[in-house]
Amino acid sequence: MSEKSSFRDVNENPCHMCMPMGGILPVKGIEGGMVVIHGSQGCSTYMRRYISEHFSEPIDVGSSSLNEKGTVYGGEKNLKQALDNIRRVYNPQLIGILTTCLAETIGEDIDRITEEYLIERQIHDLAIVPVSTPGYGGTQAEGYFLALREIVAHLAEPAPKHNKINVFVPNMSPADIRELKRMLEVTGVEYTLCPDFSDTLDRPYLETYSKMAPGGTRIDDIKAMTGAVATIEIGVTVEEKYSPGQFLKEKFGVPLYTLPMPIGVKNCDALFEAVSKISGKKVPEAILSERGRLLDAMVDSHKYNFAGNSVIFGEPELVYAVSQLCMENGVYPKVIATGGPGGKLRELLQGVVAECPEPVEVLLESDFCEIREKSRLRNVNIAIGHSEGRYLTEHENIPLVRIGFPIHDRVGGHRLLSVGYTGTTLFLDRITNTLLERKLETYRTDMYNLYYKEENDLAAEEDEVKHDELFLS
Amino acid sequence: MSQTLAIDERQDFITTKGRQKAHLKCDADSIAGCVSQRACVYCGARVVLNPITDAIHLVHGPIGCSAYTWDIRGSLTSGEDLFRNSFSTDLREQDVIFGGEKKLTAAIDQLAVKYHPKLIFVYSTCIVGVIGDDLEAVAKAASKKYGIEVVPVQSSGFIGNKSAGYKAACDALFRLIEPENRANVGKTKSINYLGDFNLAGEAWIIKEYFRQMGVKVNVVLTGDSSYDQLKKVTQASLNIMQCAGSMNYFAGRMQETYGIPYMQVSFLGLEDTADSLRRVAAAVGDAETIRRTEELIARELEVTAPIIEGYKKKLAGKKAAVYVGGGFKAISLIKQFRELGIEVVMIGTQTGRKEEYDTINDLASEGTVILDDANPAELEKFMTVQQADLLVGGVKERPLAYKLGKAFIDHNHDRKHPLSGYVGAVNFAKEVYTTVCSPVWKYVRPGGVTHE
Repeated sequence: MSEKSSFRDVNENPCHMCMPMGGILPVKGIEGGMVVIHGSQGCSTYMRRYISEHFSEPIDVGSSSLNEKGTVYGGEKNLKQALDNIRRVYNPQLIGILTTCLAETIGEDIDRITEEYLIERQIHDLAIVPVSTPGYGGTQAEGYFLALREIVAHLAEPAPKHNKINVFVPNMSPADIRELKRMLEVTGVEYTLCPDFSDTLDRPYLETYSKMAPGGTRIDDIKAMTGAVATIEIGVTVEEKYSPGQFLKEKFGVPLYTLPMPIGVKNCDALFEAVSKISGKKVPEAILSERGRLLDAMVDSHKYNFAGNSVIFGEPELVYAVSQLCMENGVYPKVIATGGPGGKLRELLQGVVAECPEPVEVLLESDFCEIREKSRLRNVNIAIGHSEGRYLTEHENIPLVRIGFPIHDRVGGHRLLSVGYTGTTLFLDRITNTLLERKLETYRTDMYNLYYKEENDLAAEEDEVKHDELFLS
Repeated sequence: MSQTLAIDERQDFITTKGRQKAHLKCDADSIAGCVSQRACVYCGARVVLNPITDAIHLVHGPIGCSAYTWDIRGSLTSGEDLFRNSFSTDLREQDVIFGGEKKLTAAIDQLAVKYHPKLIFVYSTCIVGVIGDDLEAVAKAASKKYGIEVVPVQSSGFIGNKSAGYKAACDALFRLIEPENRANVGKTKSINYLGDFNLAGEAWIIKEYFRQMGVKVNVVLTGDSSYDQLKKVTQASLNIMQCAGSMNYFAGRMQETYGIPYMQVSFLGLEDTADSLRRVAAAVGDAETIRRTEELIARELEVTAPIIEGYKKKLAGKKAAVYVGGGFKAISLIKQFRELGIEVVMIGTQTGRKEEYDTINDLASEGTVILDDANPAELEKFMTVQQADLLVGGVKERPLAYKLGKAFIDHNHDRKHPLSGYVGAVNFAKEVYTTVCSPVWKYVRPGGVTHE
């Protein structure tokens, strides 16, 4: 594993987004959850645009719409007005306040403002969770987990012991969340999954529209997380300070199992081992059959997959799991990249790529300009990551298998299923078929260019040979 | 609790034609917590300048501002494509504390050496406005060092709304176009075409019309433009302006400083296209130009009018809701929908100006709801109450329309087909037909409605 040495002063075509963007998603996965971004109007609008396009869902996010006056004299009045108006129109059960670069730079004390607001308005039935997410403080991945941790920390209260398992999930598709829930249900364990935006950000078409999407993790269930038998946190790359599972462990002694996203055999096995260990329940036959089908698919496709030289990029948690999958199937990674520092990604990857036949470039704090350069140098022929990877396709003709967030140039990014044995099988097929498609598109021309010789050319070559022979004799 | 107008402060921004006040409030700050659809000052500035194809667009700020504006707009280029990159100084906490000027200087150094651009725009973002980096000084030093133009764009997000960003962009443009000597100002018999961003090649379509008319186009601002072209902007004798929201201020300053007059045009819909072509011909051409213009209009109409008429038969009687960025587009859309037999029953903009709302009010039919800086709750309410069949809007509005079972027209900057001129009018009619008459509605609406 080689390391990037130089750090540049300019980012050319970003591979990550900002902290408050990530913070919106977990709030949207809480029942009755609504967001107010404390900053200037543009932040919320840009984030809404991206989330809306990825999920094909209306994404309502309030803004305190800070103007020049608010910036100079403090944004307290704006923030309180925003909370008033959001309550009037949306009647939420929980409001997450996410700060921005602007609010943090002018030194807004959102904890104090929130406390005061609740007292002034005499509110008792609404949770307001302030989260400090300056855009320069981290990527969307850190914003996501920090918001999740703050929500849990805010709501958690001592609760009687019960048999449910807490399950914290990273930014994965609604289809993935539904699959994870199905696997837990088939196994026969009770759980509280958080954040659950499998319904709120993937609504069925209904005859009547409601401003607040039905679904999401119930607030009472989050409150009772402190009494759970254990926590499973899907977030191996997440640093302790951002980890909700770590909070429950430290404050309430809930045992914590930190696991990777269940993509790939090893990572899926880890999930079921943990569930069995916690619950004492055996892995059901139905799930074992799914595992068998994944193994069958891996064997069926192994030769095609071995032709893949991959570049994997995106949020660290996804990048980690996809790297594992690629190693298992011989789609050996040449370049692995993430836009931020990546939490524990680098140290964890060392174990994963140790058996890679060629060195792997691991790029932290990277951008697409660098990813492109390294991919070209390493003869990468398949890219795996979010939509911005289309840049690699356009400029280096590297086909892109879309996964992660955002997917804005194709429909159905939020319907992509990639976790569990079945999800892995489907995802692996997408990778294999992309390699096959490219091969079938180009092999006739490639072979022709490589091996076919015109009769005339051959004759000319022979003449040359004869001439040389004559000359030599 | 009443859903929409639970927010009293919003009353002034909404009116119903013929039943309430004729003037509504506009061009004001968004109200906190109203879920405005507007973006920020930086966004406005980037929209206007981004189509300049051979410029480096460097965002001095945290990564988000750059990430959310990377190659998301459909401006096409016939030359360089440097503009399709998004460069950022990616400011971190340390930079916020100690200032970002050094990092900015280093960023410009690297970009100047690597890409050899003639022009670098440096966009200011919210925090840069607060920490007080001296963009002017850094830009000036870099300009001198590399012999190129480095132009700061004062687009800190909090100094106003999207309109303030248009103004910031126009200020930057105005600096760029300053000629070395004034001998050639207004001297060539040609026009500048302002406020077309060459989305899906729209500026190319309109330029071809002018070629056929015998009218010389000097520079398009800013669609498919380049540094060298911008340097000769002041040579034109007339500015015609389509997107007035973004370019009105620039056109005004050019008139004031260089004495070059301007006129408003619009190439959306058959009526406005013909009217605009005729007015340009009359303003800069002779009898021959006017004759060629009439020939062009007749030729184009002969092909397109029957197609539009065909769609009209399928669409007449439908009702449209419109929520777009600027006023000129809204005004044209009322007329364009009438060409299809469709009445607009709700219409609003993010940044329309007072005079534009007056025109909208004049054009709109009785009972039409007119609103400025709307939010999802209001769009939902008025689309429903006014029984609109379709909505025209941008990316954020689309899923709302679909969830309400309404058809939708994408009239935004990332569109992939032209909506300007005659070909655009046909595309528009076809898009309306495609979305209004899709068979999918049969399955999702009770008692299913299709055109058959």
